Amino acid sequence: MDARTVSYVAPKDLRPQEPAPVSTRGIFGWARAHLFGSVGQVLLTVFGILVVWAVVPPMVKFFITDAVWTGSGREACLPENVGRPVGACWPFIAAKFNQILYGFYPAEERWRVNIVYILGIVLLVPLLFPRVPYKRTNALAFFGLYPLLSFVLLTGGDLDMRNFLLGSFGLDFGITGAAGGLRGTFWLQFLIVAAICVGIAMLVCPFFGGERRGVALGIAKTFAVLGGVLLFVDIDFGLRQVETRQWGGLLVTLVIAVTGIVASLPLGILLALGRRSELPLVKYSSIIFIEFWRGVPLITVLFFATYMLPLFLPGRFTIDGLLRALVGVALFASAYMAEVVRGGLQAIPKGQYEGAQALGLRSGLMMRLVVLPQALKLVIPGIVNNFIGLFKDTTLVLIVSIFDLLGILRASFTDPAWATPTTLFTGFGFAGIVYFVFCYGMSRYSMALEKRLDRSNRH
Amino acid sequence: MTDARWSEPAPARRWSWTDPALRSAVIQITLAIALVWMAWSFFANAQANLARQGIASGFGFLDNSAGFGITQTLIPYSESMSYGRAFLVGLLNTLLVAVLGIILATIIGFLVGVARLSKNVVIKLLASAYVEVTRNLPPLFQILFWYLAVLSTMPNPRQSWGFGLQPLLTWLSNAAAGLGLAPLADMLKSLAGDVSGPSVFLSNRGLVVPRPLFEADFSIVFGIFVAGIVAAFLVSRWARRRQEKTGQQFPSFWVGLGLIVVPAVIAGFVLGWPVSFEKPELRGFNFAGGIRVIPEFVSLVVALSIYTAGFIAEIVRAGILAVSKGQTEAAHSLGLRSGPTLRLVVIPQAMRVIVPPLTSQYLNITKNSTLGVAVGYPDLFAVFAGTTLNQTGQAIEIIALTMAVYLAISIFTSIVMSWYNKRVALVER
Repeated sequence: MDARTVSYVAPKDLRPQEPAPVSTRGIFGWARAHLFGSVGQVLLTVFGILVVWAVVPPMVKFFITDAVWTGSGREACLPENVGRPVGACWPFIAAKFNQILYGFYPAEERWRVNIVYILGIVLLVPLLFPRVPYKRTNALAFFGLYPLLSFVLLTGGDLDMRNFLLGSFGLDFGITGAAGGLRGTFWLQFLIVAAICVGIAMLVCPFFGGERRGVALGIAKTFAVLGGVLLFVDIDFGLRQVETRQWGGLLVTLVIAVTGIVASLPLGILLALGRRSELPLVKYSSIIFIEFWRGVPLITVLFFATYMLPLFLPGRFTIDGLLRALVGVALFASAYMAEVVRGGLQAIPKGQYEGAQALGLRSGLMMRLVVLPQALKLVIPGIVNNFIGLFKDTTLVLIVSIFDLLGILRASFTDPAWATPTTLFTGFGFAGIVYFVFCYGMSRYSMALEKRLDRSNRH
Repeated sequence: MTDARWSEPAPARRWSWTDPALRSAVIQITLAIALVWMAWSFFANAQANLARQGIASGFGFLDNSAGFGITQTLIPYSESMSYGRAFLVGLLNTLLVAVLGIILATIIGFLVGVARLSKNVVIKLLASAYVEVTRNLPPLFQILFWYLAVLSTMPNPRQSWGFGLQPLLTWLSNAAAGLGLAPLADMLKSLAGDVSGPSVFLSNRGLVVPRPLFEADFSIVFGIFVAGIVAAFLVSRWARRRQEKTGQQFPSFWVGLGLIVVPAVIAGFVLGWPVSFEKPELRGFNFAGGIRVIPEFVSLVVALSIYTAGFIAEIVRAGILAVSKGQTEAAHSLGLRSGPTLRLVVIPQAMRVIVPPLTSQYLNITKNSTLGVAVGYPDLFAVFAGTTLNQTGQAIEIIALTMAVYLAISIFTSIVMSWYNKRVALVER
């Protein structure tokens, strides 16, 4: 072994000993690592501080120190009256606050909106905390009863229903009587249709190897639930009717967002299951439906619902403007929801399906008892993210002349009684804060939830 | 001896709901009937409603004279031209917003995304604040904000903001005077008097920029420029092949840049610069000359880029974080310097994660460009589903056509995407 083969072993004196590395501990070490490590770092830090300096103090000045807090008209916010540069004109928001919350909802009926707001909070808050018990009942109340109750409270209920299927064939039985807002002709038709359906089912089911009693009971139950819902919205509770044209502000924003999410959940689940179905017709019609709504902008969907949908319905139907927008939003949201749910379904391992089948569960029961509960739990963060998107998208209804939060504020900018140089900025600042608080809150919640689910999945 | 089972007669076929073939037939036939019935009733109702309201049907209206003006046209258009022409004008305006928005959002998004990963806490904090604020405010809110609160409150053209060397020098001179540096201020002031005035103006009428005027010889310069690009492409391909074969490297980037720039510049010089700029000038109450970019366009592009950049920043950050640190360390231990490590190891792997969500953001910009209707930007939606629908009342044809355009863009993009995905997908064993 000659000297050359070991030459890669560097002799100790080849390089001078290096000095000890710079300390990265302590406040100076931290600052060196994170703020002033090199010339580039210093420049970046200076640039960053300049940006903060250019943005934050003027904002604080505008919204807090220079702002006008009290007053009753535009005079209070004019710089020549105040005698100093004026920032935000908060009395403007205070004056418009009722409009922002309720739109043009009649003042003496606003207690109804308040009940809806409070009930929403009371039902939603326990639903958000994983530790609170009775999740099932709570969810049923929030997604089932609450929309129904809100509908009756907000519109006044007492739908004037005259025709249940048979009326189209001229079978109104000549009944004109009505009691408590319920029309005899409608309810007689309803009962007859229910009886016919149960009868047909009992006649047909032996051919399919079904059990007569069970099938008949199932259909009767379905009709009972439907009847209950219809009864509730048809009864005259003595509430004054409030047209949706009078709704506005945060009320409309929340109604659209919540309806969108509540309607899109069942529709989206059905579509997601349809997309994964083995039946070609079901599969491809689901795919076409989903991809169509996901491929077009929401505003074209709203225009579709506003201008095109009425043409597709029989001439005697007149649909309310807000309802049209809701239909559009529900269709749009359900396509996005379907893709979220599909993600969850795909994440369920095949063994779960096979296990359920080995236990002898039919496909309907397998989905309901084994697959969907796991899949839906997985996609809760996705659903919340969908909801954030939907909440931001509600602003689009102002293009079809529905006055949501942003629409109300935009309309009030033109109010001559509040024309001041800073009205515009105050309005945008307020709307921005509201939207930010809602969306940021939801996204933080979704992130926390994701972390928790992630932990519980790690065994 | 025969097996008894073989001689048994086949059991009579029973109709049973548990029979998959029967079940699937029943479900699909029911669905088909429901779909056909729905389509038929929609069709019948639409016909009855249209007849009752006296609205024409069919696409014949596309040839009729539109009779309305459009504030921004990329191709020649006048009120006497057809609705079909207006449709084309709107489509081009939509594409213009989409393309410009995509470019700006990508640049801002990549910068902010990288800044969020910076060691520098101030920069990191700023980038996080940017992402949280822009993502959590509705895009329509941001468009209205830029239009109503920023651009509409700009000064009128006579007091417009000029951008250029002269205003900068004037501003610096004022700043120097404010700090008590009188000689420096005077020097800057005289310097500002010497340079030419600003050529870009921002006012409540929008942004005014110089208009390029091309002379006939410009096509020669342009041809040489294109030839340079082709040559650079060929050189880089040759260099890559040679490196794969022999390992020898070639500075193809700098050579390519030289091939593109140098011949074009020489040609321009020889031909005496066949392009000049028409500078906008204040005449009366407005600008004459130059190109005026309408404020609706500026607010739409700015708002959409800023909004989408927040999402892109998050995508970029996630993509970079998805490449494990071991990859960088392995590349370093192979002797790659940090530049090639980034270019050859980290970015290709990050792109695999970044590109699919990035495409859906690009689609979102295209779809969100319809929000321009709220500020009156004449995009496809505003021109067609807005004005044309109001004038003709042919809701079905117009909304269907508008939806079809956006749908076509989406489908085209998703086809390209799935092709790209297949190309870059990880080959798993």
